[in-house]
Amino acid sequence: MKEKTLEGSRLPELVTIKPVKGWVPLNLKDLWHYRELIYFLTWRDLKVRYKQSVLGVLWAILKPFMNMVVFTIFFGELAKIPSDGIPYPIFSYTGLLPWIFFASALEVSARSMLHSGSMVSKIYFPRIIVPLASVFANLVDFAISFIILIGMMIVYKIIPTANIFWLPVFLLLAMIAAIGVGLWFSALLVMYRDVNYLLPFITEIWKFVSPVVYSATMIPEKWQWLYSLNPMAGVVSGFRWALLGKPETISFPSIAISGVISLIIFISGLYFFRRMERVFADMI
Amino acid sequence: MSNYAITVANIGKQYRIFSEVNKYTTLREKIVEVVRSPIKTLFNPTGTETFWALRHIDFDVEKGMVLGVIGKNGAGKSTLLKILSRVVEPTEGKADIRGRVGSLLEVGTGFHPELTGRENVFLNGAILGMKKSEIQSKFDEIVAFSEIGQFIDTPVKRYSSGMYMRLAFAVSAHLEPEILIVDEVLAVGDAEFQKKCLGKMSDVAGEGRTVLFVSHNMSAVTRLTKECIILEHGKMLMRASSQEAVDYYLSHDYEKGGERRWKAADIGEEAKPFRPVAMRIINKQKQVTDTIRSIDPMYIEVEYELDAPITGLRVGVYLMSMRGEFVFTSFDTDDPEEYNRLTQRKAGRYISRVRIPADMLNEGRFVVGMNASVFRVKRYFHDANAVVFTVNPAGAPGMQWAESRQGVTRPRLDWQIEEK
Repeated sequence: MKEKTLEGSRLPELVTIKPVKGWVPLNLKDLWHYRELIYFLTWRDLKVRYKQSVLGVLWAILKPFMNMVVFTIFFGELAKIPSDGIPYPIFSYTGLLPWIFFASALEVSARSMLHSGSMVSKIYFPRIIVPLASVFANLVDFAISFIILIGMMIVYKIIPTANIFWLPVFLLLAMIAAIGVGLWFSALLVMYRDVNYLLPFITEIWKFVSPVVYSATMIPEKWQWLYSLNPMAGVVSGFRWALLGKPETISFPSIAISGVISLIIFISGLYFFRRMERVFADMI
Repeated sequence: MSNYAITVANIGKQYRIFSEVNKYTTLREKIVEVVRSPIKTLFNPTGTETFWALRHIDFDVEKGMVLGVIGKNGAGKSTLLKILSRVVEPTEGKADIRGRVGSLLEVGTGFHPELTGRENVFLNGAILGMKKSEIQSKFDEIVAFSEIGQFIDTPVKRYSSGMYMRLAFAVSAHLEPEILIVDEVLAVGDAEFQKKCLGKMSDVAGEGRTVLFVSHNMSAVTRLTKECIILEHGKMLMRASSQEAVDYYLSHDYEKGGERRWKAADIGEEAKPFRPVAMRIINKQKQVTDTIRSIDPMYIEVEYELDAPITGLRVGVYLMSMRGEFVFTSFDTDDPEEYNRLTQRKAGRYISRVRIPADMLNEGRFVVGMNASVFRVKRYFHDANAVVFTVNPAGAPGMQWAESRQGVTRPRLDWQIEEK
């Protein structure tokens, strides 16, 4: 029986090692062989994170919640930013959920390659697993903070419409965008260490060009296309729309543009990462 | 179907030389560089010096063969193993690998201190390319081999380094690859465990799997392998039967007769103004020799020149067994008074000599390393295997019994037997 399990896991009989130049195929076969490693690394990230911090699970809730409180006070109450007729707390929270998922997935996956330096310099496995696993680990935080949202929807008596079935699509888009950008940055970070300092700026600015604290409907019609080039613009508006069901708050062409951009970033990220991964062990 | 597990054809690996201060480029520098001289940067993106860590390597390994790889530090052994285990990509050439490669160069890779032994076994197994079902079926075997027992559910941060290594080795050893790459791991752990590891390796070889064995432990190399390749300065020097290769290595790699003279080529730019001249092993009769009786005191001396004064310099020796276990490290200014007296060592020629007392070392071969540094400031020169010498135990305590004694030292201790 033992032999059988071994047979099933066998890699291709012959592996040829030689220098590869330029753009190379993605090697999905190896990735498939190592799929369980994605699960194990995700599980390790979660376990370690929740084991090490006293706040543990609470941390996943506190971050979006405190953000929401601050935003409600300053942007909702003091600046009186219009929120499409939705109570500001829930308006900002529905924006913060996908945003925080995206931003932390991006930051963690971008740094993941450097943090796994000792693994990368000692053993072969498809490198892409490292940033992928850190994005997946963030999904759990997302799920936990989603519980608060359900509570808030009950408090504000918001009944989800059929739009809610679109939610997984937008979550997937957020993931694709996070993986894509994360792959670009994790490869860049191995090559240029100062990208590490750039990263917080990028996410901070990115937050304000995404409709997290304000509504995308505030953007003038003629600039909507430009605004939609930001993949998170479509994701955040879409999220809000799927949860709160205000039909006038969404423009499908904008969502389509955001979606296409996400895909482009994702695919280019995969190839860029693949191109760079063969020198990682030399550079880390 | 080819009969070779590994075929290496003209493999070479080129590295860029980064100075310590400039180890990584930054994006800022890159941008400045591109803006300043766009054409030069685009057409000559590296601009840095390169060297070949490995070049023109050709060999093949038949299925089921145990091949030894020997060579000094920096000869390119690790680079070769990293290429064959697909960690780094060669710069030129080609290698065909037939079958799953497991390497014992990565024992404990991915171990997380916060996770328990059990959790780390699964994680490490997955990193090594094992399926969860496969790890599950071998789990009990792994735990038994590691002798961790009930501590398997304790976070590994509470393990002793010995326990940690045993568990890590156990996982790697149960990977059951068709090709096993072993690098120096046997230097870790106690003698008992080393024996077990060597046993596991011969099992693997006995099952018809292919093993590449890299070690400084020459007795293990001759015991476990029939053939060896010798690497030197990134080139393959020879391939021969293990006995022949080990003899050649021991007689050529380390200078003969208990003396090592450093040539200009051995001394890097960073050593300046320190210039090592020679290291010698000297016996009780004040002769330079490579064989010392364990019941006699001996001396190790380092001769060197300073082209300019150095403040805080310490020149020292490491003593290691052939297995790579450290026996001790000692510096010429270990004595605080001596250190104060020589705060600044003037330019000139020096000999630092240390006396190793009688009845200290057990029989066997020892490697002496050399280090000249200023604590926390700079390491001027370092040679991990400068000289080798043999200790002859004739007359040592316990010689009335014809047995070899465990341990690297063989002190003459005071025993009292009381009858009550």
